[in-house]
Amino acid sequence: MAHLTEYVPIVGQAVIDDLRRLGERLDGKAVQNVNSTAVGGGVAEILNRMVPLLQELGVRAGWDVIKGGEQFFGVTKKFHNALHGRAEVITRDDFDIFLDTGRKNNAALNIYGDVVFIHDPQPIMLVEKKQSNKWIWRCHVDVSHPDDGVWQFLMGFIRRYDGCVFSSPSFSRPLPIRQFLITPSIDPLSDKNRELPEETVERMIRQHGLVRDKPIITQISRFDRLKDPLGVLKVYQLVKKHIDCQLILAGGTAADDPEGLEVLAEVREQAGKDPDIHILLLPQDDLLINALQRASDVIMQKSLKEGFGLTVSEALWKGKPVVASAVGGIPLQITHKYSGLLCHSIEGAAFAVKQLLNSPAYAQQLGKNGREHVRNNFLLTRHVRDYLLLFLSMYYENDVVRL
Amino acid sequence: MEREPFQFYTRFNLSELTGLKASTAGELLALLREVPGACMYHHTHRFLQQHLFVSPEPPNDFAYWVREALGEDELAEQLASVNIIDYPTIRAVRERFIFLLEDYLGRNPAARERACRGGEEFQVIKSVSFIVPTGIFARTLAEFTAALAAVSLPVIYFHMFEARLRLEKGNNDFSNWLADSLGQTEAAEKIARIDPYTFTLDGLRAAILQIIQKTTAR
Repeated sequence: MAHLTEYVPIVGQAVIDDLRRLGERLDGKAVQNVNSTAVGGGVAEILNRMVPLLQELGVRAGWDVIKGGEQFFGVTKKFHNALHGRAEVITRDDFDIFLDTGRKNNAALNIYGDVVFIHDPQPIMLVEKKQSNKWIWRCHVDVSHPDDGVWQFLMGFIRRYDGCVFSSPSFSRPLPIRQFLITPSIDPLSDKNRELPEETVERMIRQHGLVRDKPIITQISRFDRLKDPLGVLKVYQLVKKHIDCQLILAGGTAADDPEGLEVLAEVREQAGKDPDIHILLLPQDDLLINALQRASDVIMQKSLKEGFGLTVSEALWKGKPVVASAVGGIPLQITHKYSGLLCHSIEGAAFAVKQLLNSPAYAQQLGKNGREHVRNNFLLTRHVRDYLLLFLSMYYENDVVRL
Repeated sequence: MEREPFQFYTRFNLSELTGLKASTAGELLALLREVPGACMYHHTHRFLQQHLFVSPEPPNDFAYWVREALGEDELAEQLASVNIIDYPTIRAVRERFIFLLEDYLGRNPAARERACRGGEEFQVIKSVSFIVPTGIFARTLAEFTAALAAVSLPVIYFHMFEARLRLEKGNNDFSNWLADSLGQTEAAEKIARIDPYTFTLDGLRAAILQIIQKTTAR
């Protein structure tokens, strides 16, 4: 894992000095993170990077993972979809499975944090163990239009927290507890985002049978209906009528997402035998993702719903032009026509992709602006700073805090 | 008499959500009358903070939303031209925005109910500031200019924007100290006359240093 000093050439010494100042103010407090998976998905990815850096800043940061079987994760996947506003049939049995697994985790998990930081709905019940310490619920999901039944069920737990965190202002609603806006981030030094020599990019993509003989459109995402891989296929087909290009759909499935293989099968069927469509089911291979993004001419994120959509920042950091849906946290990352192109439909996305492929200078300028926007607002160091402030805010109530 | 040293502070911002939102200009007006001052501060300074390294044009969030989500160009132009530096307190800034909205909606009653698209509502956010001493002090003009040239941009931001308006000191910290502790009244006045909202922070730093250099060289 990277050390803080390694970020100095990217963000400057002053930013790192500021983090050290804030770390000192937390005075060795223990911050216990809890989520539901150690690998796969954005949350695990962020915690893998965040926890060591918090430790380096003097915070006693820990990370625990709850346990849950196939049934439990089947239910939490339904919750996830319902929170995103998708119609789901959720039965009394489903709630009972959730509560039963929650009770088992409550019995098994040791709580040691001065601040307990719970990520997403799966471990939300742990708040029943709350004593005099501070509890924060971190919601990584787009809850702008949640299913009311699931939301009310979760509210029974949320109201017991001291604060909660959302990734976008549109996820917020009047709540009886404090709520904060903290956008997620990417790590510029991770395998997924670090600079790669051109020859490495070339070698890696060739190993997967890819040749850059025509423009590449890419979407990197889990095979999940909410990422709309079938919509991306249609966008590609519309573009292909006018520009000879190829499409890469690459991604894995998270341990807590049993629906992934089903979606993958649908995508394969829809793609048919078109040799210019490359569907790559990847195990966790960050370096390859990095190479695929760098080899691409346009990167898409055509999600129907998004918690945040970090793949957008990943692509922008590599200076790539991005076409993405204006959902969740994506408009925070892309200002339309300044740092990328936002779309609301398959046809709109296809038009935007054609525009970028036909106007490389425009595409390059959007990518350049996007990289600077990410440098200022979406790198891990800004995220670490926000979390330090969040933990500190649990001990102060004023709008102006003198430390 | 012992001079009071200048102590450089930095500040950090944490955004606190309120769950309050507006779909129409009428709803925005109602919110402006009731939200905490920390929200007014957030929405008149957020864009500046996010883009302070690249953009010298900080439109406030109200103007941006009225233009982009409601399509009310005339109102947006009026809101965008509120010159924050002319107002000594957040209270006064709030009154100005309320006046402009009341005036416009009085002349254009149909605009009061015109709603944005779903999902594009104005979301009210509050700014929580954390002020932290940097441990850097200056006792002389030479020490002050050397420190000013080296401190990080959030330090400049705090002393030029936040101290004047949010902490209601009436003037920026640099001018206050240059006049009161060093008797450099000309430099102090010239720095106070700068409209910092039209600079990038690096540009602002350079402008302050240039004023000090010119006025003290004579």
